[in-house]
Order: sequence, then C-alpha cells, then structure tokens
Amino acid sequence: MANKIVTDEVKKLIGAETEPRTFDIERGQIRRFAEAIGDPNPLFNDEQAARATHFGGMIAPPTFMRSLGIEFMDVKVSANRALDGGSEWEYFVPIRPGDRITVVSKVADIRESEGRLGPMAFIVAETRYTNQYGELCVIQRTTTIRY
Amino acid sequence: MAAQIYYEDVEAGSELPSLEKNPTTRQLVQYAGASGDFYQIHYDKDFAMANSLPGVILHGALKNAFLGQLVTDFAGELGWLRKLAVQYRGMDQPGSKITGRGKVTKKYVDGKDHVVECEIWLENAKGEKTTPGTATVVLPSRAAR
Repeated sequence: MANKIVTDEVKKLIGAETEPRTFDIERGQIRRFAEAIGDPNPLFNDEQAARATHFGGMIAPPTFMRSLGIEFMDVKVSANRALDGGSEWEYFVPIRPGDRITVVSKVADIRESEGRLGPMAFIVAETRYTNQYGELCVIQRTTTIRY
Repeated sequence: MAAQIYYEDVEAGSELPSLEKNPTTRQLVQYAGASGDFYQIHYDKDFAMANSLPGVILHGALKNAFLGQLVTDFAGELGWLRKLAVQYRGMDQPGSKITGRGKVTKKYVDGKDHVVECEIWLENAKGEKTTPGTATVVLPSRAAR
C-alpha cells in the first residue's frame, strides 16, 4: 500500500544535513542544566571536586546537549501533531567547559506506519557533536513521531 | 558519591541502585529554561488541558535526564556511559513520585573494556513503566587495576 504522508518526495530528504553550528560550552551552563534536572553529581556541578577525578575537571551530564537548542532538519509531512518518541545516545569523549562543539544533524530515516489515530511518520534525526580537536564526542538519534 | 562499583561486583540480574525523583511544576519551568524547550504543555495547565492532556506533563527529555542520572550514578566516576536509549511510552505529571530502576542483562569483555548492559526504566507511583530504555556502561575491573 502506498504511504499516505511519507511520500517519495518526503523520502528524498533522507540523508539531508543541517549546516554545521558551533557552540561554546560554559561551566555555568553545565551547572545550570545539572541543577534543572536535579542531578547533584560533583562531576557536573563542582569543578574542585571534579578536578580530583581522572576526568580532571567538570564534564557535561549525558543529556546536556539538549540545552544547545539544536534544530533538526525540517521534514514537512501533512500531519499537525508531533510527539518525541525517544532518543538513543552514544558517548565517545566527554564534553567539557571551554569546549567548542560543532553540531551537524541529518535525517537518518523517515518511515510511515499505521497507528490508531491514522498514518504516523517516524522521523529519525541523527545529530553528531564534535569538539575543537575534531573528536566525535556524542551521537544522538532522536525519533519524532508526526501524526 | 557512593562507593565505586566494579565489573566483578555485578552479574546478569543484578539490580541498579534505584533513583527517586519528585518532579514539581517548578522543576518543569527550570528545565524549560535550561533546555530551551518552551512547549506550553510543560508549564501552562490551561494550554495543556486544551490539548486533551490531564494537566502539564513532564518533558520526555527530562525523563531521559533522570535515566541518565540513574546510570551515571551506577557507573561512578571510574565508569563510562557508552550508550543510553529511552522510549517515551506513557505521560508523567508533576507532583507524583517517579522511580528510576534497572537491572543488568549481560556482561562481557570487549577488548580492554569491561562492559555491562542494562535494562532501565522509570516507573510512576502506580508502578507502571512509563519510560523504558537500555544502557551500556563500561565499568572498571579489579583485575585490570
């Protein structure tokens, strides 16, 4: 059966990437994020305490990248509602205060399935976070459901 | 911080220390500010109810952060969170206790890394799993010290 909202035209967006954007990571921004999620881990809050660990200083908590205000590629489908379906994160190198993180997001997948409320589009954005040394720090795959 | 856990301390079936969270509307506003996600269903009750919701609901990403805390607490400062995956299956509202839990599903050595895979989830006050997920954690080994 032909897709209703994920048309061949929409599927052409698979692989499309955003322009790279670069962000300066500040210690206060990491601490504010840790406070907002209620995580008292000294690695995310206390520079003095974090210096005594093998990390040698504060690092960002696992979902800190949410605070950068990344915009995924805009995928236009004829559906009014959107839901955050979930995320998968892979971590390679810690993100630290003082880092310059370059972010590129691409459309990794778009597929359609039939739900109780009609056709639903599952759009997977794969976002890569790379530091100033060219090290890949984090890959985030987030699924948005449009219906 | 709790005492560091080592690879040798866990087996398939071992439970992760649980994490209790008591999110409030204040925390949702704080998270909206810190994350930049200002969708009104997370802090404007009238808006949320006009969108067929029972009231304001937690950001999925905040629940993702709670599960991140569960596994980084488990990993300790010598551990490393390699992968974290979460799915949002049910809504959660502020003013009610949420508990993060997890258990080890398998452990193995991958090159020089001592790897532990876990099933993790958040459950609401009724014990319903609203937010299931998985995590892969590299733990220090006593043998490798």
